[in-house]
Amino acid sequence: MYWVGFKGDKWKTNIDVENFIEENYTEYLGDESFLEKISEKTSVVWNKCEDLLKQELNKGILDVEINVVSKINNYKPGYIDASNEVIVGLQTDKPLKRIVNPYGGIRMVHSALESYGYKLNDNIDFAFTNYLKTHNDGVFSAYTKEIRLARKAGLLTGLPDAYGRGRIIGDYRRIPLYGIDFLIQEKQKDLDGIININEENIRLREEIFEQIKALNEIKEMALTYGYDISKRAINSKEAIQWLYFGYLAAIKENNGAAMSLGRTSTFLDIYIERDLKNNLITEKEAQELIDQFIIKLRLVRHLRTPEYNELFAGDPTWVTESIGGMLNDTKSLVTKTSYRYLNTLINLGTSPEPNMTVLWSNKLPDNFKKYCSKISILTDAIQYENDDLMKPIYGHDYAIACCVSAMKVGVQMQFFGARCNLAKALLYAINGGFDEKLNIKIVDGIEKMEDEILDYNKVIKAYFNVLDKVSKTYVDAMNIIHFMHDKYAYEKSQMALHDTNVERLMAFGAAGLSVVADSLSAIKYAKVKPIRNSDGIAIDFKIEGDFPKYGNDDDRVDKLAVYVVEEFIKKLKQHHLYRNAIHTLSILTITSNVVYGKKTGATPDGRKDGVPFAPGANPMHGRDENGALASLNSVAKIPYKNVCQDGVSNTFSIIPDALGHSEQDRINNLVNILDGYFKQGAQHLNVNVFNRETLIDAMNNPDKYPNLTIRVSGYAVKFNRLSKEQQLEVINRTFHGTI
Amino acid sequence: MIGYINSLETMGLVDGPGIRFVVFLSGCKLRCSFCHNPETWTNKDSIEITSEDLIKKILKYRHYYINGGVTFSGGEPLLQDEFLIDILKKCKMVNIHTAIDTSGVGNGNYEQILKYTDLVILDIKAIDKENYQKITGNDMTEFNKFLDTCIKFNKKLWIRQVIIPGINDTEEYILKLKEYIKNIKNVEKIELLPYHLYGVDKYSKLGIDYKLKDVLAMDTQKCNELYDLLMK
Repeated sequence: MYWVGFKGDKWKTNIDVENFIEENYTEYLGDESFLEKISEKTSVVWNKCEDLLKQELNKGILDVEINVVSKINNYKPGYIDASNEVIVGLQTDKPLKRIVNPYGGIRMVHSALESYGYKLNDNIDFAFTNYLKTHNDGVFSAYTKEIRLARKAGLLTGLPDAYGRGRIIGDYRRIPLYGIDFLIQEKQKDLDGIININEENIRLREEIFEQIKALNEIKEMALTYGYDISKRAINSKEAIQWLYFGYLAAIKENNGAAMSLGRTSTFLDIYIERDLKNNLITEKEAQELIDQFIIKLRLVRHLRTPEYNELFAGDPTWVTESIGGMLNDTKSLVTKTSYRYLNTLINLGTSPEPNMTVLWSNKLPDNFKKYCSKISILTDAIQYENDDLMKPIYGHDYAIACCVSAMKVGVQMQFFGARCNLAKALLYAINGGFDEKLNIKIVDGIEKMEDEILDYNKVIKAYFNVLDKVSKTYVDAMNIIHFMHDKYAYEKSQMALHDTNVERLMAFGAAGLSVVADSLSAIKYAKVKPIRNSDGIAIDFKIEGDFPKYGNDDDRVDKLAVYVVEEFIKKLKQHHLYRNAIHTLSILTITSNVVYGKKTGATPDGRKDGVPFAPGANPMHGRDENGALASLNSVAKIPYKNVCQDGVSNTFSIIPDALGHSEQDRINNLVNILDGYFKQGAQHLNVNVFNRETLIDAMNNPDKYPNLTIRVSGYAVKFNRLSKEQQLEVINRTFHGTI
Repeated sequence: MIGYINSLETMGLVDGPGIRFVVFLSGCKLRCSFCHNPETWTNKDSIEITSEDLIKKILKYRHYYINGGVTFSGGEPLLQDEFLIDILKKCKMVNIHTAIDTSGVGNGNYEQILKYTDLVILDIKAIDKENYQKITGNDMTEFNKFLDTCIKFNKKLWIRQVIIPGINDTEEYILKLKEYIKNIKNVEKIELLPYHLYGVDKYSKLGIDYKLKDVLAMDTQKCNELYDLLMK
């Protein structure tokens, strides 16, 4: 009875959600006219949430549970308004009440609680301080001297050594499709099949055992809400509810930076279509289910330290949902529920979370392209990623974790690795491995340059020498971090929803690419004279003459950016990775470009000491002088496949008047921009359509714009949740628009 | 062949249909009181570019020209007629849609230019001789010659008119304009552009006296109302 009306066989005998979708989904080619407005019940629930969100904004955090420690089934059931909620489940017993997760590190819990005026339960504190070892303790037991120095100087920043690594997407769809009992049975089979006892298999056997435990806990947690998810979901309401319980378990147990949802809309559409066909629900009810599910995703919270907030501003959770994409060359994976998800941005108002990510293909249905474009212009809440680029690598059932990280759902997972400051590394090449801010040696074996005018060949040679050494330190750090994370903070609920023999990607990152490209270009095409202090460290640079700048579609400099990332990944790939993970690299900063800039001295491109970097792979502000397409074309040259295969983030802001005179023109023009950009092999684009004046007004009068949402590198954020520094950085970015 | 340009805009979204590569050519005979690009009046500070290099640049953005193409603006593109013909031809050889954004005052050679032009975006400064002279500092003969050639060749036209407070923001003027446009064939679109102040700062930087000093920016809402009247 659960599977009545569903076609296909392959997915029935083995866990294979991808095959289930292929066999059963209904592509939708029409427009948005079928969509329904918000229901009364949803209005009641959402109004309550909006009140709570307002309180939260004023207080910093609304509440935190200090007497319980994170675990799948450690909290009593919680409700917003039980009689009006059609989808239930909260992280703790109350909305927006945060969880304490000390497994990453107890000191971080102290620091976070202290900053909001809370104190941890004494017994928990005592246990984690005296008896239990955390991920953070583990990492610092093994860190080398080089890693510690690289962290201290800000050469490597944001490493997940004190908080959850995240970027793991459980295949939450497996719960509604198969029921928990079947999943346990399959895991038990896998466990019984591992008979060769060696180190790797001992670890794996322990992990599967933990996964089975997690599946049982998810089942018990669902029971506290009155649902038995041991069996499959029978209708669309159950499908959404079952799926959400899976995700809920993940965010109760873990506090990873990015806790992404995956690719759920087209899967759920199959259940909704079946119910609609059988007259079990109306369109209004279908939208109500989706709206209420999305409300839950908007309430996800984690307890963060002030240092964390400085790096990733605005309390992001990266509940990334990937929408659209193609099944094959002719048929898209767009369904009515793809529209229903985006429609929540209208029904509930704009919002940074869930992080709506449209997988764009030139072959997507025209109506859907236009609808996305329309919603982007209205809400600034959508990011776009190139399906034509990623599908050949990952197949059609991949999803984006965090901002730009693609992975096959349930088949691959990622070891997240923050980023390396490439601009600082360039200064080390000039300054003999000395940090320009700390005045201590960070990288050994580099000669200090004493040239009056920097020589390009000499600089590039020294730079790659630095990157060589940095790569080793970076890989060492990552191997240690993920070894310890597996050991002390294993994400058993999420890994239970993966294949047992999962493929692992290790995602390295780089910040400051445009600064490096322009610096190398200045050294090559102009005369760059270092101004040194008494220790011989360059603290500023004098540039004579002009030089090509990244962001103008000028190969002379764009090729330098490509050269640097190609060399960097090559060097990283020289080192073996923990659990045979595959090396990937992203050019992504989130909001950390501000902090990176602050920690980096003046650079040879003319950027002054402490000035923010451009976000992600963006050109530096104001240096792109030939209009937006030239800027987009420069970024599109950064290679994805096998080089920056963890993503290349680009943020694009344009004023409404420049996008077109009429609404229809604006919609069509944005579609053409996306088509053109992605046709060139670019990977990611954030789209913002607003006036700089609006942002300035919002900075000065935050109450006037409570929901103003903007896209920054890889995620969206409420503007009023950024620090003043970050707000100014966003305001100073290039806005495209001719007058 | 060498041309003189002031700048390039790779993503023009308001100068013709779709996404357009906009080439701002240098030089203009008119001295319109409301001009917001006075830096393009003369060839001073202009950049030399060959038509070969320019077409290469244009082609870099071909993926974006789904419904768009290239717009030659300025300054006054008609003034560099030989270069314009050369580059227009090169565009048509690779099947790129071409538009010229013009005030209609060039050196002649209009038939040749229009042969390779898909769309003419024509800026109407005024509809009678006296006001035309007053606003542009030139007489209207050359403009009429260009417009006649467009009509003769059945060129598709977009008509543009800047609406300036106190000068032409009256219903009376709009009704006259409506009559005037009625007599032009092939008008596909009419745009009323509200006068804005973004160009004013450029004048002091260039050391040129700005004639509309005390005029405020045109209210967009009122401009929309005038547009509705025009289209009724």
